[in-house]
Amino acid sequence: MQQRADFNHRVEQALGNAQLKASLRSAMDGLMASRKACFPDADALDALRLRGAQIRANALSKLPQLLQQLEQRCTENGIRVHWAESVDEANGIVLDIMRQHQAELLIKGKSMVSEEMDLNRFLESHGIECLESDLGEYILQLAGEPPSHIVAPAIHKTRQDIARLFKEKFPDIPYSDDVDTLTGNARGILRKKFYAARVGLSGVNFAVAESGTLCLVENEGNGRMCTTVPPVHIAVTGIEKVVEKLAHVPPLLKLLTRSATGQPITTYFNMISSPRKTGEKDGPKEVHLLLLDNGRSRIYEDSELVNTLRCIRCGACMNHCPIYTRIGGHAYGTTIPGPIGSILEPQKAGLDSLGELPVASTLCGACAEVCPVRIPIPRLLNRLRYERIRSDRDGASHGQGSGRTVKEAAIWQAWSWLHRSPRRYRLAMALATRLCKILPLGLGPWTRVRKPPRIAARTLHQRAREEGFNDR
Amino acid sequence: MTAKARDAILRRLRNKQPGFDTPSQPVAIETPSWPMEARIAQFKSMLETVRAEVHVTAAAHWTETLKSVAEEKQISNLLYAKQGPLAQAIERAWGDTLLPKLVCEERPVDEWKEQIFFHIDAAVTSARAAIAETGSLILWPDAFEPRTWSLVPPVHFVVVDAEKLYNTFAEAVEAEQWAQQMPTNALLISGPSKSADIQQTLAYGVHGPTELIVILKTSS
Repeated sequence: MQQRADFNHRVEQALGNAQLKASLRSAMDGLMASRKACFPDADALDALRLRGAQIRANALSKLPQLLQQLEQRCTENGIRVHWAESVDEANGIVLDIMRQHQAELLIKGKSMVSEEMDLNRFLESHGIECLESDLGEYILQLAGEPPSHIVAPAIHKTRQDIARLFKEKFPDIPYSDDVDTLTGNARGILRKKFYAARVGLSGVNFAVAESGTLCLVENEGNGRMCTTVPPVHIAVTGIEKVVEKLAHVPPLLKLLTRSATGQPITTYFNMISSPRKTGEKDGPKEVHLLLLDNGRSRIYEDSELVNTLRCIRCGACMNHCPIYTRIGGHAYGTTIPGPIGSILEPQKAGLDSLGELPVASTLCGACAEVCPVRIPIPRLLNRLRYERIRSDRDGASHGQGSGRTVKEAAIWQAWSWLHRSPRRYRLAMALATRLCKILPLGLGPWTRVRKPPRIAARTLHQRAREEGFNDR
Repeated sequence: MTAKARDAILRRLRNKQPGFDTPSQPVAIETPSWPMEARIAQFKSMLETVRAEVHVTAAAHWTETLKSVAEEKQISNLLYAKQGPLAQAIERAWGDTLLPKLVCEERPVDEWKEQIFFHIDAAVTSARAAIAETGSLILWPDAFEPRTWSLVPPVHFVVVDAEKLYNTFAEAVEAEQWAQQMPTNALLISGPSKSADIQQTLAYGVHGPTELIVILKTSS
């Protein structure tokens, strides 16, 4: 369980790391500029975002029916569908498949759900090697680090960091910090692994209920390798990723790639609807789809928080977040960082362990402005702040009320009492202006780095009267 | 275990039917509709932005383009589909040309995996259609032109008919009624394999082809 102190410590470390801050700043500036260039017409963007929101809302409003339809279509197409309530169940299902095929190596395309499952560590504890094949993820696996951004996982590393890492891990390959050479070296190493692996794993960007189709967005081709070359393909996804119709995919795809990296489209858009059919010369003979709940159906129960599940994981909210840009993904200590992570992760893990995240926001609203499916992130951050300190037991969030303190509750009760009567309010204001010299000036961390505000010597009412306004 | 989980998840989801504040009537999205010439220009420029080569060629002469580009790139062997839609024209054009050497394989890829992974320079496949807006090729790999052909060899030649150039992806999905007939694998390919995972610097040929060469056949 994450503690507030751990979070604060990571934040301080990140803020003290000038190199990290510089690379994040330039990377985020670049991503924001490319996104903007990709959406030149504001009205067209508004319409497209509204369409995206509609498609996701439509899918969520019919979620149980669509999941059943997806299961039925996939099964008819020959894809085996598995359901898991928890991460443990999901890991168990993957392990079973690996064992059925006596596979010792799992080659992985980029999948945030597999990060959520901590699948690599789990399989490795059972003697199975996991290999990340997305270039960024591969670099991080070599470094023993988790991703710090959901779209650009190694964004916090410099070219030289990566060159040193390669030299350390592959002493036989000559040192180079040239990006093309580094990429070429990774290609050579991973190609042999694709060739040998018996099982490949991928995530899913959209699962289409009407046709039983799994859609994957990528640039490198590793996703296609993982889903084409090994005899077995396992796709893991959260239950919220389903969409109703194939016709819903093009607008979402357009929103996703443009919002994420400012690309009109990625190099590959891979739509998989079945295992290899009779007569076909390649492709996996077995395709598994693993649907993971892990708290999503609980989020679904709340009519406001359910909007969290609209997310299509483009990462635009991170790229535009003033907090993320200063502290980076690792500081959050969660699978998904940034604004969307700050509403999603506390709902999954509980507000008692991650309740600090919704508070670590300026509520500037940039995330909601760029969200391609119009998730009202600031409103949901506020809602979770409330859930964290509410005193009743009516909410659905785990760990609700865990952040409530007697002192804070008393202060607000006093505030509310004071403001309910004009007489009490005037009395208090008069008192405050007279006592302004002796009131305490320390306001916790706020005044550690700022000048404390001074209470004026006369109230606004007094001054208005002096100016001739009659407030009686 | 998975049946129990399924029932429990679906039961929880059925407890609640969330409502959303988004309008129920689908919002209309403006979509481009270009005349043929502009469509070709858009398609070409989008692909060239991501370092793909596009050769717009009269339909009668496309094999000459294929041959000369392959020669120029000093490709030593070229994989093609013996029973695919391009075979006749390629075989006729090649005659007794030695280089690049034509290779055809009709066995399942598992049986000659080492060769395609490590010894094939280039493959040529057809594309079912293409998309102008994003500069994308639509491939539905099949028994003759398998999935790995457009993925594993370092150079991929794609031949596509300009008549099949749609304005947008949405238009293609609708016009061809994809939802009723999805193949094992449908693909959009929009350039050579690439990554910007190292310090936001673009590098090409990460896992898929380093070069994508598109031959667009026109009627004139």
